[in-house]
Amino acid sequence: MKVPFSWLKDYVDIDITAQELTDRLFSCGFEVEELIYVGSEIDRCVVGRIESMEKHPDADKLKICHLNCGECGSDIQIVTGADNVKPGDVVPVALEGSSLHNGVKIKKGKLRGVESCGMLCSGEELGINDDWYEGAEVNGILLLQGDIPLGTDIKKVVGLDDYIFDISVTANRPDCQSVYGIAREVAAVLKKPLEPLDLSYHAAGFSTCERVNVSVEAPDLCPRYIAQYVRELKIRKSPQWLRRRLALCGLRSINNVVDITNFILLELGQPMHAFDLAKISQNKICVRRAQDGEKITTLDEKEFTLTHENLVIADGSKPVALAGVMGGLNSGITDETSEVLFESAKFERANIRRTSRKLGQKSDSSARFEKGVDAYTTGIAINRALNLIETLDCGTIAKDRFDIGASKTEPKVIGTTVSQINGLLGITVPKEEICSILDRLNFNVESKKDALTVTVPAYREDVDGYPDLAEEVIRMYGYDHIGGTFLEKATVTNGGLNASQRAEEEVKKILTAQGCSEIITYSFISPKDYELIRMEGDIPKAIRIKNPIGEDMSLMRTTLIPSMLNTLVRNVRHGNEGARLYELAGVYLADELPLKEMPQERKTLCVGVYGLEEDFYTAKGVFESLAAQAGIRFEYAASEKPYLHPGKCADILLDGEKVGFIGELAPDIAANLSVETSLYLGELDYAKTEKVLSGRKKYVPLPKFAEVKRDLALVAGETLTCAEIEKVIFEGCKYVTDVRLFDVYRGVQIGEGKKSMAFSVTFTPREKAISPEDADGYVKRILKALHEKLNIELR
Amino acid sequence: MKEQIESIRKEISEVLSERGASMTSKDVYALKMEYLGKTGKISALSKGMRDVAPEDRPTVGKLVGELRQWAEDTFSSLEEEIGKRELSAKIASERIDVTMPAKFRGSGSVHPVTLVRRELIDIFSGMGFDVYEGPEIEKDYYNFQALNIPADHPARDMQDTFFITDEFLLRSQTSSGQIRVMENKKPPIKVLSPGRVYRSDSDATHSPMFHQMEGLVVDKGITLNDLKGMLDEFARRMFTKETKVRLRPSYFPFTEPSVEVDLSCSACGGKGCRICKGTGWIEVLGAGMVNRRVLENCGVDPDEYTGFAFGMGLERIAMIKYGIGDIRLLFEGDVRFLKQFKD
Repeated sequence: MKVPFSWLKDYVDIDITAQELTDRLFSCGFEVEELIYVGSEIDRCVVGRIESMEKHPDADKLKICHLNCGECGSDIQIVTGADNVKPGDVVPVALEGSSLHNGVKIKKGKLRGVESCGMLCSGEELGINDDWYEGAEVNGILLLQGDIPLGTDIKKVVGLDDYIFDISVTANRPDCQSVYGIAREVAAVLKKPLEPLDLSYHAAGFSTCERVNVSVEAPDLCPRYIAQYVRELKIRKSPQWLRRRLALCGLRSINNVVDITNFILLELGQPMHAFDLAKISQNKICVRRAQDGEKITTLDEKEFTLTHENLVIADGSKPVALAGVMGGLNSGITDETSEVLFESAKFERANIRRTSRKLGQKSDSSARFEKGVDAYTTGIAINRALNLIETLDCGTIAKDRFDIGASKTEPKVIGTTVSQINGLLGITVPKEEICSILDRLNFNVESKKDALTVTVPAYREDVDGYPDLAEEVIRMYGYDHIGGTFLEKATVTNGGLNASQRAEEEVKKILTAQGCSEIITYSFISPKDYELIRMEGDIPKAIRIKNPIGEDMSLMRTTLIPSMLNTLVRNVRHGNEGARLYELAGVYLADELPLKEMPQERKTLCVGVYGLEEDFYTAKGVFESLAAQAGIRFEYAASEKPYLHPGKCADILLDGEKVGFIGELAPDIAANLSVETSLYLGELDYAKTEKVLSGRKKYVPLPKFAEVKRDLALVAGETLTCAEIEKVIFEGCKYVTDVRLFDVYRGVQIGEGKKSMAFSVTFTPREKAISPEDADGYVKRILKALHEKLNIELR
Repeated sequence: MKEQIESIRKEISEVLSERGASMTSKDVYALKMEYLGKTGKISALSKGMRDVAPEDRPTVGKLVGELRQWAEDTFSSLEEEIGKRELSAKIASERIDVTMPAKFRGSGSVHPVTLVRRELIDIFSGMGFDVYEGPEIEKDYYNFQALNIPADHPARDMQDTFFITDEFLLRSQTSSGQIRVMENKKPPIKVLSPGRVYRSDSDATHSPMFHQMEGLVVDKGITLNDLKGMLDEFARRMFTKETKVRLRPSYFPFTEPSVEVDLSCSACGGKGCRICKGTGWIEVLGAGMVNRRVLENCGVDPDEYTGFAFGMGLERIAMIKYGIGDIRLLFEGDVRFLKQFKD
């Protein structure tokens, strides 16, 4: 919200600087995002009078002027090429070392041998047009009017010596989306009176109701609609003060009638509209929902097809405005317009917002309605507009008006107590202070001992309970009065993580100890990511974002693998020699698409590893470290994944159930990514293993008898796996508690197609000790089983 | 016998003077065995005492004893000398370059967002807060409506939300957790709700996915002053003992009054610097007293209970705390970045 300092001063006697006001506004809830000095570009440019002028000796088109700039120099020689100046003219003079619009710097110099100590300026060089200063658009030097002391800073003369407060107004304060609204706050903050608006006007004898019939068929979308007839319209240029106000706020002047509606929008925050009555068919105005398929072409010549969701202002045959958004091309004001119907209305913000979004059509008006316009201001605004019509002599005003829905606006009254307000704040604001603050903010307060009966100003639709009043009080009283207490009345509670949250922290600690670094990646991935891992088939199963930033962030991931893969590849490309990474995050699994029920967010652990010292088994070690910590046993079975090396890929099983997988990235995918090193990827369904990973461990009594170890060197067929052999060893004797492969050997002695595998087998006694002879017996049994089931021999 | 004794003494002396210097401890042991072992030459002398005339036995016995003592002393001093020599040779030969690199697998690292999250949980769980993690794919009701943000409310523009369907969206704030907690638990409530949130925004300080932590306290007699006191404590523990908290009016639909919370800049101590853009203050969190409508929506009687809520961005805190300039670094997973953040 842009508010000019000079405009605010119309309503409040402000005796502090713009910077000081910025700080005051900040502490009461209005952050000035930027304090803009309007004339910041212009420096050392003053008013000067041309005392004498002579022809340049060596140039036909140049003249040598002698300027009197008062205190800035009584005889300044400047060479000019302009031909609209003569001695006696008062002009803007850019002195030596001055700056002008667009960063132009003026230095002393010689023009065809004659010294020139500055420049005479045009309006354009000052960055202004006729709206700022009449004559600024003239071709040549800007000729200043009136009796201005010589040497005066030009910014003061042309309206550039001003500040604009760019204020961020929070969504609950639409009443402050206007200059007058901010002025109300400023008056309250500075404890100064607020200048009332002149709302008076004189009406002629004719009637609005006799000229046109106005009705509201959709009162739910239009709570208040005011229309008043003005005729004998004189469309012309607006006066300077009005044009300058609009220019300060960045608006272009059009003509007096349009300018008045724009002025009201800025001053009061009420969008207004004027219909050319000559173009209204059947003398009828109706506020109604559009018919499905109905069309309108707005002022900017865009055509829209409407539905019953859109509100229109229609005449007897067609829509003439898209309510609150933009007028129709068929009813707009032109230079020939002689009679108009002024509209000041409150449209429901939600509907305007929806219409504006659905149609992609925005305007200052729709932006304002979306924030919310109050019905009270709707009534003020029409009077203010008519006051200006009269002041600017734009036309004659009808004696009556339509005001549909006016009766519904009753003042809100809140009953509360001083202790209730202070009870919420936790400090003691004196009652007189509370009353004084509310009074300054135009609340009407009646108090009886502790009790307060507060009438809310009509424009404050955001206030509806005592907490709102508490906020009004504290923001004016000052938040620095709140010193801080520590839950003096609250119940003592016990806090902290629950078991599964603690377990997650434990898992992270184990992974850190294993040298893994935690990563966090986006939960949404690209369809291309699925293609990368040759899992295109999963794309339709992923939950899709309706309005993603881009296609590459459009799918809620069902696996963490692509994010991990991309991160590993990024590390390789950055020249990092190795990395062990993990991410513990959700994957998003829908039972049914489009979503009807809450989807599953399944915590998943993804591990990614590469580097000189890494291989399949070190990567596997990461998962084994978790199993070891939890005291559980993962099993591994050769498996296949579309994106993993077919010979280096395993499912991870827990009690026979698949809970994850691990493997090396398929060499052809690696080649496509120009990655020469082997990347290892694994994923664990954390949600499925969480219970056992976090389960409370029970003490297992130490064995009463010593464990017995035996080493077995076995010769096995090349295709037999370690897991198959381990399984048979385990099954061969109930006392076996650990089987550990410690060597693999291949060579001529062993024979073609065979390998020697050395296992260390641990027997743990239970009821009684295991003697060497017992152990020999168990080994014999195991060897027999190995021979029979797997054709394995002792080496 | 006497001659034998003398010749043995001489023999030993000669061997030692001839080879003593080049002997190893093994050689000395062998020599010792040769003379003093069970079957050694000196032991043989002792056994030969039987053949000595009884009257000479005391004298000869004494001489043999002296020889044995002498031999034992000689060998043991030699052993000691050689032992020392050998030890220093062994030490010399085993000398290593202790400055060569160590062998170990470096420990990993914890993401800075996790570090901040842990620290916050640590601070607030000490004040009695539980931790609740709600769903990221949320219903419009929990993310907006129950938080007093009806459909088409202008406050929806404060956050650009990702939608899945008309009903489901990616939560744009962890405040959704407030509702889920209050629906399932009666006051007193003290809970933190950390997690991923999503907004359609992407540049050096905004990420379409980031983390928030929401805090909620609902009980009898909770005040805005209590909120300030708790935030003071948080600021001191999270940043420095000198960190100050400033409240200023703001607006969130689910709190009333609402405040923006600034902390004095810990980089410059509030004097004003590049990090705080010269203001001395850094905007860190939003907070306020829980709106009565929100309490009502969750079946909590607003005339009996009051509460406050606060929410902060974990990335923002991590960036302030560790001096990280670009939020995107947090999600790129470059090990050179990650390894800087140890447990």
